[in-house]
Amino acid sequence: MPSLKDLRNRIASVKATQKITKAMQMVAAAKLRRAQAAAEAARPYALRMNAVLANLAESVMGSPTAPRLLAGTGSDKVHLLIVCTAERGLCGAFNSSIARLARDKANSLLAEGKTVKIITVGKKGNDLLKRQFSSNIIEFVDLRSVRYIGFENADAVGRSVIARFEAGEFDVCTVFYSRFKSVIQQFPTALQIIPAQIPEKSAVVGSLAAYDFEPDEASILATLLPRNISMQIFAALLENAASEQGARMSAMDNATRNAGDMIKKQTMKYNRSRQAMITKELIEIISGAEAL
Amino acid sequence: MSGFAFELVSPEKLVFSGEVQQVVVPGTEGDFAVLSDHAPIISALRPGFVTITTGKGDSQTLFVRGGFADVSAKGLTILAEIAVPASDLTDAIFDQEIALATADVSAAKSDETRQIADERLAQIEALRTDVRH
Repeated sequence: MPSLKDLRNRIASVKATQKITKAMQMVAAAKLRRAQAAAEAARPYALRMNAVLANLAESVMGSPTAPRLLAGTGSDKVHLLIVCTAERGLCGAFNSSIARLARDKANSLLAEGKTVKIITVGKKGNDLLKRQFSSNIIEFVDLRSVRYIGFENADAVGRSVIARFEAGEFDVCTVFYSRFKSVIQQFPTALQIIPAQIPEKSAVVGSLAAYDFEPDEASILATLLPRNISMQIFAALLENAASEQGARMSAMDNATRNAGDMIKKQTMKYNRSRQAMITKELIEIISGAEAL
Repeated sequence: MSGFAFELVSPEKLVFSGEVQQVVVPGTEGDFAVLSDHAPIISALRPGFVTITTGKGDSQTLFVRGGFADVSAKGLTILAEIAVPASDLTDAIFDQEIALATADVSAAKSDETRQIADERLAQIEALRTDVRH
C-alpha cells in the first residue's frame, strides 16, 4: 500500500507528463498546418509536370531510343528502395508502419532471389531497418538539421539516385512514404519511380501531334525525367512531413487523454486512502476512549 | 486584344496565375513572346527573365532557372525550378546559382553533359553582368 506522499508524487509526475504531451500536441498541430500548406503548394507543379510528361511519353514509348529512366533497363534484378521516415519518434505507429511495408517488400524481393539496396531518408527508418538489412543499406540521408523541407533537399536525393541509376547500380526504384489523408489517417505507400509510371493520358486534353518542340522531344524528355524523379521524392517528403505531424498529433492527444484518466484514478485512490486513514484514526481514538 | 491564361509554378508554390496579354519566355533556342492563340509548343528554358504583361499594360519580370514552357489551347504554363521576382534578385542568389552550375560542370561525366553544364554556367554569368549594368 503506497503512502499518501507516494500517491501525491505520482499524481504530480503524471500531471507534468500530461503538460508535456499537451504542449507537443499543440506544436504538432501548428506544424501540421504549415506542412499541409507546403504539400498543397507543391501540387500544381506535380500536376503540370505529369501532364507534360504524359504528352511526351506517348510519342517515345515503344521506340528503341526511349530513355532508360522511362523504359527501364529491361531487367528487374536489382531493386532500390528509398525509405522515407521521420527524424523523431513519439508519433504513434508512423515510422514503424512505413518500415514494416518496406521490410515486407524487401523480404519478398529477397525471397525471389533479387538484390535489394536501400536508401533511408530519416533517422528512424534507418534505426528500424539497419538491424535486419545493415548490409543492404547503401546510403543514409540525414535531414535532422532541416527544419522545413525544400526542393533542394529532395533534389540532392534525386541526383544521387540518378547517378546510381546511370552507373547501373539498380534497375527498379521504389519510394516508401506515408500518404496524408487526414489527421487520423495516413497510409504507408510504395511508389515506383524508376521506370517512371506514366499518368493516364485521358486526364490531358490536346493531342501531341499539334505540338512543336524546342529543342526536340528527346532532349526535353532527357531533362524532364530526372527532374520528375526529384519532384516525386519532394512530393513524398512533403506528404511524409504532413503525415508525421498528423500522426504525432493524434498520438499525443491519446497520451494526454490517458494521462487524464490516470490522474483521475490516482486522485480517487489518494482520496480513498486518506479517508480510510482518518476513519482508522477515529476508530482508534473511540475504542481507546471506550476501553477506559 | 484578348488575354490568355498564364501560370508560373515552381516546386514550392504557384508563383503566378492569372490572365495576361503577353509573356516573353527565355527558351533554349532564344527568347519568344507568347500572345493569345499561340501555336502549341513545348520548350525547354534557359536561365533568364520572364516578362509578364498583364491586361492593364503593367509588366513584371521574374528570374527563372531550369524548366519548361508549355503552350496549349488552355494557355501557357511555365514549370521552373526557381522563380524569383527580378526586384528580389541579389548577388547572393547569383553566387549560389553560379556555385551550383560550377559544381555541375565539375561533376559532369560525359562530354555532352559537361557541354550542357558549361553553357548554363556561361548563361548565368552573362545574366549577372547584364543585371549589374
